[in-house]
Amino acid sequence: MTTDPSQLPDAEALINILADKLQPLLQKNTALVGIQSGGVWLMQRLLAKLDKTMATHAIDHGTLDVSFYRDDYAKRGLKPDNQPSQIAFEVENKHIILIDDVFFTGRTTRAAMNELFDYGRPASITLIALVNRGGRELPISPQITAMDLSLKPTENLQLIQLANGQLGFTIKSLTPSNHQAASKHA
Amino acid sequence: MHNPQLYSDGQLRHFLSIEGLPKKILNQILDTAESFVGVAEREVKKVPLLRGKTVCNLFFENSTRTRTTFEIAAKRLSADVISLNVNTSSQSKGETILDTVDNLIAMHADMFVVRHAQSGAAHFIAKHVPEHIHIINAGDGRHSHPTQGLLDVFTIRKYKPDLHNLRVAIVGDILHSRVARSEIHALTTLGVPEVRVIAPKTLLPAEVEKLGVHVYHDMRAGLKDVDVIMMLRLQNERMSGAMLPSAQEYFKTYGLTQEKLSLAKPDAIVLHPGPMNRGVEIDSGVADGQQSVILPQVTYGIAIRMAVMAILAGGQPSGTQS
Repeated sequence: MTTDPSQLPDAEALINILADKLQPLLQKNTALVGIQSGGVWLMQRLLAKLDKTMATHAIDHGTLDVSFYRDDYAKRGLKPDNQPSQIAFEVENKHIILIDDVFFTGRTTRAAMNELFDYGRPASITLIALVNRGGRELPISPQITAMDLSLKPTENLQLIQLANGQLGFTIKSLTPSNHQAASKHA
Repeated sequence: MHNPQLYSDGQLRHFLSIEGLPKKILNQILDTAESFVGVAEREVKKVPLLRGKTVCNLFFENSTRTRTTFEIAAKRLSADVISLNVNTSSQSKGETILDTVDNLIAMHADMFVVRHAQSGAAHFIAKHVPEHIHIINAGDGRHSHPTQGLLDVFTIRKYKPDLHNLRVAIVGDILHSRVARSEIHALTTLGVPEVRVIAPKTLLPAEVEKLGVHVYHDMRAGLKDVDVIMMLRLQNERMSGAMLPSAQEYFKTYGLTQEKLSLAKPDAIVLHPGPMNRGVEIDSGVADGQQSVILPQVTYGIAIRMAVMAILAGGQPSGTQS
């Protein structure tokens, strides 16, 4: 079941807001890391926008698929469509901007931080998300968001790629049995 | 028909043979292995998936490489690993296989990696164990060596990504080779259009054509224009009676030399499951040459074994949970 699309946040407008907020955080040894899959799409869009204003040097960036670090593996098994994590730069002493599309429980962030530390010891990690939808279950929260919402636990907000190449949102109502399945993605 | 390797919903429960597994599962293992390759290149070469699980390597038949790579794979998944060479322990005191397994389950082992000289040994154990225990076949008699078959295909895919456009030759002792059988099943299931086997008549199983392969007795004709050459080890220890005149004679006819390699496509790759008999089935110059991918096979073997273990040990599908 999908609610009226006109009531959903405008992802493209939020990306512009997020890029503006991200800009002052960038320093010489900043690196961007997108979390699969929405966070990676978002990172690519942010990089394109930031590059216009930061032509002096290329920003290090990489992607994480946290499948091997999830806390629900014992219950749900390995996600079949996992992708290799790709961090080609030295994590040691970098200021990492961790990028997720929708912040929900904080469990994905925890998994991502654990994985990052297996690459090295970063100088700092900053979490940014397009939307904080509420519902965190861990003492983790994003430092920068473009929008804060308060969704019901049974509502699942997801970033999607639209046919025209732009990003958009969908929201799905979950039955109790697939509620858990969705929360593992957030 | 009930497939002992799969749960009722089609997910992998045991990994016993390539035969009988759908293409989807083979691709799931290969794709997951892609994600594990990079883990070995990190500062910390470990992921926490199997933390708190105990993997038991149960080797009723010796093997250094296979046991080591399974051990490394389990350790990189953060499992606790016990390796038993059973032929030197309680079996020699008369304990049955199932008693050995039951004792290890009583010690809370979660997964068994089994190698045995008898075909069907891993299936036999898989039928016996409770729901939450997983069995991986690390080679049973002449029957199957599924992780080797898959790591070979994984290696091929790394160098030749389009499997649907390949000509592959498997050369040597097909008769005694569980590796060859697993390779043939993996290649044909994944859509490789032409698989050739090259061997003397005495080293081919009866009706090998039924596996969907083209048979060659002349190595030069068989290697013509192939993309991939998979050499097999001449299994002296499995040969009873004189199937071959001599090792020198074999090398002359079926050994891979630079000259014979030049009949294949110029960018053909050469695989060998190890351990190699240099100068018997493969010339040293070829084994160490530009076209050899024998050492990458070993590296990728760890990623494939990690993928199989990680898929098996994850949550069981609902309805089968105890």
